Amino acid sequence: MKSKKFSLIGFLKEDNVASVVCVMPFIIGFLAFLIVPMLLSLYYSFTNYHMIRPTYEWIGLDNYRNMFNDPRFWSSIRATFYFTFTSVPLRLLFALIVALLLLKSSKLVGIYRAMYYLPSILGGSLAVVILWGRIFHQDGILNALLGLVGLNRHFAWLGDSRTTIWTLILLAVWQFGSSMLIFLSALKQIPDSLYEASSIDGASRPRRFFKITLPLLTPTIFFNLVMQTISGFLAFTQAFVITQGGPRDTTRFYVLHMYQTIFQNQRPGEGAAQAWVMLLIIGAITAILFKTKRFWVYDGGF
Amino acid sequence: MMVNKKSRLGHFISQAVVLIIGIVMIYPLIWMFMSAFKETGQIFHTATSLIPEKWTLENYANGWNGVSGVTFGRFFLNSFIISGLGTVGALVSSSLVGYSFSRGRFKGRKLLFALMLSTLMLPAQVLMIPQFLWFNTLGWVGSYLPLIVPTFFAIQGFFVYLITNFMDGIPKELDEAAKIDGCSFYSIFARIILPLSVPALITAGIFSFIWKWDDFLGALLYVRGTINFPASLALRMFSDPSTATDWGAIFAMSILSLVPVVTIFITLQRYLVEGISTTGLK
Repeated sequence: MKSKKFSLIGFLKEDNVASVVCVMPFIIGFLAFLIVPMLLSLYYSFTNYHMIRPTYEWIGLDNYRNMFNDPRFWSSIRATFYFTFTSVPLRLLFALIVALLLLKSSKLVGIYRAMYYLPSILGGSLAVVILWGRIFHQDGILNALLGLVGLNRHFAWLGDSRTTIWTLILLAVWQFGSSMLIFLSALKQIPDSLYEASSIDGASRPRRFFKITLPLLTPTIFFNLVMQTISGFLAFTQAFVITQGGPRDTTRFYVLHMYQTIFQNQRPGEGAAQAWVMLLIIGAITAILFKTKRFWVYDGGF
Repeated sequence: MMVNKKSRLGHFISQAVVLIIGIVMIYPLIWMFMSAFKETGQIFHTATSLIPEKWTLENYANGWNGVSGVTFGRFFLNSFIISGLGTVGALVSSSLVGYSFSRGRFKGRKLLFALMLSTLMLPAQVLMIPQFLWFNTLGWVGSYLPLIVPTFFAIQGFFVYLITNFMDGIPKELDEAAKIDGCSFYSIFARIILPLSVPALITAGIFSFIWKWDDFLGALLYVRGTINFPASLALRMFSDPSTATDWGAIFAMSILSLVPVVTIFITLQRYLVEGISTTGLK
């Protein structure tokens, strides 16, 4: 018996067993906090599950039908797509331009980098979201500044369905600093020898940018595009706090819609259906982006 | 000579552009910082000026008193508890799992690693309702458990990826030497790999702390009762438009809520930048 106990310890110390022991938290967590909730919610999406009522029954596709018949669902799709497909390209463009400008400036680059990067570090905080609401409020900072230069100072930026979503897009673009850092480090990895060779060949600066810099940056741009598109689809806090989805549902982002389905309308089953549809949408968009990859992303070495 | 002059002008213009954009970007933050020292009634009357006519610390005193008899001291303590435990969980679990991905040899390692990478693309908001319903079934809603327990199971792919990547860069000769000296898989981790991975752990720790500190949705879903609110939730309740709003106090507490993140930013900026540039993730 004694020797068996010894061999158990010995067994646990074997390299491949020990590897599995170390990776165990992930296996458990992946099952307990990802797979189980996802499958459970898939099941609930076919029921009239209710958080207060103890019993619920199978109702087939009713939740999905209700969801697609709800005009606010389509508003939320429209708002989310509009937000994502304007804010992400703008943020990447801005990040790239500023990174190129910063690459040249010499002494103060550390200070500038900090100035640009600070908003993207603080941008996720509720403090900044609240502040943003006050900037564009009718009696807010922007209108006060506009009044200073003699312009209309009573425009309701957050009350007009044309401008409201742009205040949220601006908040997203304002946080371009982390993308800028990624571009900066990618730019520094482009070997000088390429530029030297091309300038010997007499290539002009714009030509060098479009023939060398930009192609070599495309993998970085692609990766950022994918990750930021996904996170664009998940916008919630800014709409929840600043606009509550209004005016006229123009900032009713998908996650906000989902939140209200479950907590205000008390329909967790339909909310679960929405979560699954969202997963499918994100999967589809990611797949499409990957499909376009071979048309514009450079994947050779230097 | 001509060329030199032209490029110098170009340099000057690009410098000016960079500076102006920077000031515009920072302006809202400076505005909030300065406004917190104005008398609360004056903030939006004097919104165009940064310097308070009369400096006051009243906003900080009023704000600290908090809401419903709970002070902001309590809210900040709650935030520190959630962020601190969540960060410990993320570091302990991600470093173990990252070590196994980097050095372990077992069947299915590649599959597990791919699953881990897929969680990078499966963000919290998609899981919001599924996890809420699951935690509701478990009876965890209304406690900090849903905010803290999952972090101990390495399901935040970002941290695992960051740490695995770093550990892959540590020379294998070191483990081999230790193995010859009789170290087991576990003690190689504890004595060699973990101490050498401190820079990656700091980077992961910073991000974990900041994300948890800022996390609003999680707190909104799971935390019940004003006394348990973290700072983010308290600020939102504080600025509720349906109640009379003391903007001076809100801005003062907003500034305080940014202090931990700004402190991290100033003291550990190097690690932040490294984390972003090496993983290419925010």
